[in-house]
Amino acid sequence: MDYVKNNRMLSLLGQRGTFGTVLNELAKDDERIVAMSADLARVSGLEKFIKNYPDRYINVGIAEENAVGMAAGIADAGKIPFVTTFSNFAAMRANEFVRHFMAYMNCNVKLVGLSSGFAMELFGTTHYGLEDVAVLRCMPDITILSPCDCMEVAKCVETAVAIDGPVYLRLSGKMNQPIVHRADYEFKVGQAITEKEGSDCVVYATGSMVSVALKAAKELESENISVKVVNIHTIKPIDRECILVNRDKKCMFSLEEHSRIGGLGTAISEVLSEEGYQGRLIRMGTLDEYKKAGTYEYMLEQHGLTVSNLVNTIKNNI
Amino acid sequence: MLDKTLELTLEGRIRKDILVAAKQAGKVGAHIAPSLSLVEICSAIFENFDESRDVFVLSKAHGALGYYATMHQVGMITDEQFNSFEINGGEFPGQPSRSANNHVDYSSGSLGMGLSYAAGRAWGDAGAGVYVVLGDGELDEGSNWEAASVISAKKLKNICAIVDCNGLQSDGKCEDILQKDLKRIWEAHGWNTIVCDGHEAKEISRIIKDINSDKPTVILAQTVKGKGVSFMENNNEWHHHELNEEQYLQAISEIEENYGLR
Repeated sequence: MDYVKNNRMLSLLGQRGTFGTVLNELAKDDERIVAMSADLARVSGLEKFIKNYPDRYINVGIAEENAVGMAAGIADAGKIPFVTTFSNFAAMRANEFVRHFMAYMNCNVKLVGLSSGFAMELFGTTHYGLEDVAVLRCMPDITILSPCDCMEVAKCVETAVAIDGPVYLRLSGKMNQPIVHRADYEFKVGQAITEKEGSDCVVYATGSMVSVALKAAKELESENISVKVVNIHTIKPIDRECILVNRDKKCMFSLEEHSRIGGLGTAISEVLSEEGYQGRLIRMGTLDEYKKAGTYEYMLEQHGLTVSNLVNTIKNNI
Repeated sequence: MLDKTLELTLEGRIRKDILVAAKQAGKVGAHIAPSLSLVEICSAIFENFDESRDVFVLSKAHGALGYYATMHQVGMITDEQFNSFEINGGEFPGQPSRSANNHVDYSSGSLGMGLSYAAGRAWGDAGAGVYVVLGDGELDEGSNWEAASVISAKKLKNICAIVDCNGLQSDGKCEDILQKDLKRIWEAHGWNTIVCDGHEAKEISRIIKDINSDKPTVILAQTVKGKGVSFMENNNEWHHHELNEEQYLQAISEIEENYGLR
């Protein structure tokens, strides 16, 4: 599939639908690919995959731990299983299974966290994925990918197949997702992408928040504030260089649809403190409290993850 | 003491190995009694096992020493490997940890995970025979039943699970902690369920060879924790314990007495 040509269609599907569409494409030429779900195939966009490859799909039932354990066995039998469930269940319900099979036993399992952040809207807090990166980032050898738009989801799925080792793919945002990349580009694991150059400050963003950061940067241009926006699509291993190259800036910002504790912002702060950075890193993410449930936009507003709040935060701190 | 090892049955030699290694481990101790209970289970599995094709999942990780001792006695691992039991940074720690050359297929320790892994191995390779050894205490973990359901629903017949039903878990008798009718539970999950004497290796091996069911098979092997050493049998003190010289000598002499070639 030509992802550039189909960019609009994929963005309409959102990251979940894109995932299933791309996996179906890749499965054509790679018989090792297997899809598994803890009863969420439809929302993973896997309907075509299941129709085309019924023998390469398993619904293990609403049983996330078992999904991960079984995926490990399937991986050790020489296949490449992609396991889907909502990101909080993937990372937390199945947490020890992820540790045991993906980190400790190092099985070649691709765990797909659907609808991280607030994408589950009125389903509420039980279905929000706000801590997944925090609880997985400390596990050895698990690559954590967090694509910013649907074309990047496609690249992440291709990359996950190519990586010989465990991967957590964090899908965020809703359907009809903003497009960050209109043209094709090179995607390399662990190599962040500067989406916009800027001289006054830098915003590191991941997943759904990259487009928010770009919008804020554009707004600030009209006020003569030049903001660099870096898309950190690989949260682990973190791209140390893309962070350290900005060490001359007095202030940096991180932006993620995830708890401010333990996610991208924390990963960046670890790098900066290790290297003796003298400036400030302002970490924007979800607050350390559960708010009452609401729509996607409402929840982002509640946690200050909006263009206007980023604009103000930058203006107040540089 | 004369070395009477060669005059022992396979199960006697495995038990003697367990005691020797536990003694060598010294003050750090070893899971002795849960290893003694699964000797016949392990030896029966290995009698039917083709390492190039099959998979051994010791989900009941506390039986590690019994598993290693069986691998040693059937020639899968060397004397040197077996003697490295519980050394710092070694290939044969207190609970199995797979590595390139130690012939361990599955790392275990945290209970209730092995059956899920076995489900995947069996689904991913229909030609493999996947053997899983579980503990009856371990079956408290609800994750086992997620796996048992999917194995039965997907008709994964190439799995043979064996439960080491020694009746004891860390804090006491299984029946006093979470009493359950294992036969009915496994049958309700759609498994071909067979109950047998867990200390009759030939019987277990025959059951494995004769499996011919549309369903996955579980063998509920009735065992005695600490089997073969009088002061360890049904005595949970020996779940994990250090073995001193006097106890060691007595235990060895009992094994030699009870497991001589007839």
